[in-house]
Amino acid sequence: MSKEKYPTKESIGKKLGWREIPIGGLITRRASALMNKTGSWRSFRPVIDESKCINCSFCVTHCPDNAVHFKDGKRSPIDLDYCKGCGICASVCPVKCIKMEEETKFKK
Amino acid sequence: MTKKAVFEIRIHGRGGQGAKSASQLIVEAALDQGKQIQAFPEYGPERTGAPMKTYARISDKPITTYEPVLEPDIVLVIDPTLVGQVDVTQGLGKDGILVVNTVESTDELKKKTGFTGKIYTVDATGISIDLLGKNLPNTPIIGALIKVTGVIDIKYVEKRVEGMFLKKIGVEKTQANIDAIKRAHDEVK
Amino acid sequence: MIMATAKGKIFPLTGNYAIAEAMRQINPDVVAAYPITPQTSIVETFSKFANDGKVDTEMVRVESEHSAMSACVGAAMAGARTMTATCSAGLALMYEIVGVASGLRCPIVMPVANRAISAPINIHCDHSDSIGARDLGWIQIYNETAQEAYENVFLAVRLAEHKDIQLPVMVCEDGFITSHCVQNVKIYDDETMKKFVGENKPEHALLDLKNPITVGAIELQDYFFETKRQQQDAMEKVPGVFLKVGNELSMLTGNDYGFYEEYKMNDAEAVIVTMSSAAGTTRAVVDRMRADGKKVGLLRIRLFRPFPYKEVAKALSRAKNVAVLDRSMSFGANAPLYGEIMNALYPMEKKPGLQSYTFGLGGRDLLESHVEHVYKEMLAGKVSDGKKYLGLREETV
Repeated sequence: MSKEKYPTKESIGKKLGWREIPIGGLITRRASALMNKTGSWRSFRPVIDESKCINCSFCVTHCPDNAVHFKDGKRSPIDLDYCKGCGICASVCPVKCIKMEEETKFKK
Repeated sequence: MTKKAVFEIRIHGRGGQGAKSASQLIVEAALDQGKQIQAFPEYGPERTGAPMKTYARISDKPITTYEPVLEPDIVLVIDPTLVGQVDVTQGLGKDGILVVNTVESTDELKKKTGFTGKIYTVDATGISIDLLGKNLPNTPIIGALIKVTGVIDIKYVEKRVEGMFLKKIGVEKTQANIDAIKRAHDEVK
Repeated sequence: MIMATAKGKIFPLTGNYAIAEAMRQINPDVVAAYPITPQTSIVETFSKFANDGKVDTEMVRVESEHSAMSACVGAAMAGARTMTATCSAGLALMYEIVGVASGLRCPIVMPVANRAISAPINIHCDHSDSIGARDLGWIQIYNETAQEAYENVFLAVRLAEHKDIQLPVMVCEDGFITSHCVQNVKIYDDETMKKFVGENKPEHALLDLKNPITVGAIELQDYFFETKRQQQDAMEKVPGVFLKVGNELSMLTGNDYGFYEEYKMNDAEAVIVTMSSAAGTTRAVVDRMRADGKKVGLLRIRLFRPFPYKEVAKALSRAKNVAVLDRSMSFGANAPLYGEIMNALYPMEKKPGLQSYTFGLGGRDLLESHVEHVYKEMLAGKVSDGKKYLGLREETV
């Protein structure tokens, strides 16, 4: 059984055998959900017009994946490792500064 | 193994009359005498007043069987109205003993049951009402068992009765229970 | 014969009371249970102990067996030594969580006072409740006497909590027959038994705040199979630990705790294989027939899950004919114990004759005359692949 408490780059996405995993389906590592990079599921990407953003934090409180944060009175960029592109942020934004754009445009 | 290495008792009563407690008291006293014991009721739907049976085994050797007592050495009938209603002498051999709580004579019982072995009677109900103030014949009838079989010693029964009742009902009533057993012991005929 | 070192005193106790005594001595952290006939007096007696301050156990009063087992799973995962008790419809109602308990590797110990599964409604003994749950990943120990049930509760705790096992255990006794029969029971001194069970030291516990864990996460096609393979691995380790812990207990009690018990098997030609109280009745018949020079023997299975196939095959290797007495049915299939015995015998080159008998459903009495009839049939070589029944009307005995 792996002793590490946090997922590492190496362990992410690697499928372990029955001798290696904790018993009973226990999850003994903290924050192991980080291993699952749900950003890969995205087909639309939120793009923010920084000039219009009023730092209201609506997108932060509504994001179901915690992919956007609020720190020192300022909104962070969207963490694309975990943003699934659901579009809730764009929908709740009071100044409509978030636009959902097709992911294919960014993959070249 | 001769079957009679084990002494077997069957008690007939009605639900709520304490036949189970009686069989338990008998084997508890026997255990205190260093015997191997077993006591179990034949459980049916538990209904007050319904005829029921309970069994007890006493032996010097470990008892392994869980078979109901089919051929008892002695049958105790706690409720006289059961005679004629249920087959109280079933499996009772000619060396077997029938003890009935009744004011009827042994001859009358012989006629009613057709049993040719030894029949004893004791007015456990009368003794109980006299000494305990209510109809609790299950304890006194043990006195009759002791007298006619000698399978257990009365002093061990007294001890168990004390252990069972002293805290619950006090010295006086406990003594009354012991007296009832002693009187049934003396009056069984 | 091993010398027993534990001090003890003999009491006239029912199987249920003896089990409650074991629970008192074990003093589990949590007991969550719901009453059901004929298990009731286990929980009733134990809650009296809890109420009188004889144990420090947290008694969780629940509204059903489903909740009882759910509470037990939560408590076990929190790191508490956890017990409950049930039977029949109660076991059926907690069924979903029974599988959760083994799947999450909860070392819960659960006495079961075996009782028939309805319908028709019936409160008496047969094994269809726990046998029906035999594939849910619990260890199952079947007991003949109140004494054995009492002692095996201690063994079960050690077995369940062993670091290589971490599995729940059912300690089965026959409802009403063993559960309510007053017998000589030797209760060992508290100190010795407390020392024997020791402390529960789970590797992972929800209350171990320094090492947080997640319990009961979803596993789909990617990991579920691996987790089940682990359960099989733990079960395969049970026999070794069972014997080791049994030996330790043996030092205290002088009694034997093998996978099964052999009675007069040495030169036995006709053998009965059965479990629980029926073995006691069978033993009485063996004694009587042996006195008449008949070569009869008894193999009583104690550990039904995991099933000791190889050892059982070896124990039966000298028998000419074997009768398997089942106290439950697997409708449309071989009777459960009979099926296991057949599995055990399959690899043998020279197999004994094998006959299935079903008896005692819904508390129907097994009489010594039934057992004697079976032995006579086995001695006469009357074996068939058909099913036979004991004590059933329209059958021979």
